Amino acid sequence: MSGSFAGFVRDARRRGNLVVQPRMGFSDPAEMRAGLLATKRARATAVGTVTLDSYTRVGDHDAVARALAEGLALNGYPIVDHDPATTDGVLAGVRDETFPVQVRHGSPLPESIFAALVSAGLDATEGGPVSYCLPYSRAPLKRAVRSWARCCERFATLADRGVEPHLESFGGCLLGQLCPPSLLLAMTVLEGMFFRQHGIRSMSLSFTQQTSAAQDEEALRGLHRLIDEYLSDVDSHVVLYAYMGVHPRTPAGSFRLLADATRLAVRGGAARLIVKTPAEAHRIPTIRENVAALEYAAEVAVDPATRRLVGESVADTGVHAEARALIEAVLDLHDDLGTALLLAFAAGYLDVPYCLHADNRGRARARVDGAGRLRWTAIGSMPIGHLVRPPRDAGVTSAELLSSLHYVERKYDRAALHAAPTRELRAHELDAGPGVAAL
Amino acid sequence: MPDLKVSRRRVLLSSVSSDSHTWNLVFLQLLIEELGHEVVNLGACVPEDELVAQCLRHDPDLVVISTVNGHGYADGRRLIGALRRTGELAAVPVVIGGKLGVAGAADEQYAAELLALGFDAVFQDGADLAGLARFIESVRPLEVTA
Repeated sequence: MSGSFAGFVRDARRRGNLVVQPRMGFSDPAEMRAGLLATKRARATAVGTVTLDSYTRVGDHDAVARALAEGLALNGYPIVDHDPATTDGVLAGVRDETFPVQVRHGSPLPESIFAALVSAGLDATEGGPVSYCLPYSRAPLKRAVRSWARCCERFATLADRGVEPHLESFGGCLLGQLCPPSLLLAMTVLEGMFFRQHGIRSMSLSFTQQTSAAQDEEALRGLHRLIDEYLSDVDSHVVLYAYMGVHPRTPAGSFRLLADATRLAVRGGAARLIVKTPAEAHRIPTIRENVAALEYAAEVAVDPATRRLVGESVADTGVHAEARALIEAVLDLHDDLGTALLLAFAAGYLDVPYCLHADNRGRARARVDGAGRLRWTAIGSMPIGHLVRPPRDAGVTSAELLSSLHYVERKYDRAALHAAPTRELRAHELDAGPGVAAL
Repeated sequence: MPDLKVSRRRVLLSSVSSDSHTWNLVFLQLLIEELGHEVVNLGACVPEDELVAQCLRHDPDLVVISTVNGHGYADGRRLIGALRRTGELAAVPVVIGGKLGVAGAADEQYAAELLALGFDAVFQDGADLAGLARFIESVRPLEVTA
């Protein structure tokens, strides 16, 4: 259907344009509307974002109501607590066939959020039963699976009103860093299959920029193969998230990282890129900073130097084979995807490294190797032992963990320093051990 | 010969109720374990009543609260009240560290208030981790099995 989020991305892809999108949410309706309008006017093929606040994410509507009554700013748009007429006012004349809008939230139990966005006629959102539960919440996975099944079914009913509902899996992100690509691919494809089982016919599968451009490109190509193998009967596209881990502290380093994310999106055949801004290391970005990042990514995307690299071969180091082994092992457990996911996490067939959630086994570990690639150091019970041989010294020390977490920040800040020697960047600012708060 | 268990403390590690970040907790668990102590890691978004229940269950020598979302002062204030109101936990050492507020300047004031409310130490963003290590070493294990 034209005019829909999915249709807009399809048309842009047909014309060879990378769709770019910010992460943006404000509690004040006027500011939210201003942010959407600025995104719409950006010199880029952009779609809008309404990111919800973290009280709405955890379902603490009393806290939202208090904040709204006292006029306190929240870190996102509280779509459940704002009057539907208010949300209509934010979107009226902004959202149209040239500018679709997606709601981003992060809730493991999103019934009220789905109710609000269905009533606002919004056709695009994101999340997933695993990817919105394990990384950031204490909700039992079983409850999240049930809740997301109900929400998908409710969202799918938009089709009866002539609206094409589009759901993006956040499975390609999980904790944002230190997860080898194969598990990210398996997770987003499995969530996509879960969405399909509950009536969703249009979806995006995700991946997050990690530590190595070559490994990331191999992963994106692997994701396309997996979609052909497991999800060829639904409408889909690939969305890439610009790096979600600890960000460079220098603006130059941050822009280089975004440029690499854009090149990766183009080379890896992603239809949509969600950007980050140089403010990321310090605070929530302003509207202007978001627009600057969108326009910069749009410029890099059409740069002939970026386009020239499309189609070059990339080494197969086994990312696709590992992901496929994980997916097959989960599918073997049960015909119902939700049940299969619960069984898989209980058995440790899926095990997110460093995830503290009670329903995650927590035996898998990974780190950045000498070549900058993410590598398993322990696989727990994941059925990839025939494909991966973790080193014997599997222990990751606190110092190694910190070094891996800050690998990208270090790499891009140093590159920025060497490329711009006139900048007043003192070496100790880059090398100083970051405070734990920087995590 | 002293029993090795004498110097081994049980540390209960937790975030505050509104903070979903966990990398800080993963890192601190490894660090504290490397110092030779046992860690019970409660993870992200721990409500006050659950923190109290877990403290009663695990009987830690020390409670370490780590928070980075800028709500450390607001959430920490409520949390220490809940712990200190619980008779068995009135005297357990509790420290908090990370990012306590969203504005750097006001955070010094926050530290003083949190100490007054019953925290035994406050480690601000950027504080030396050796300070935490020294504090842990200074805590006497409650149950000595010499």
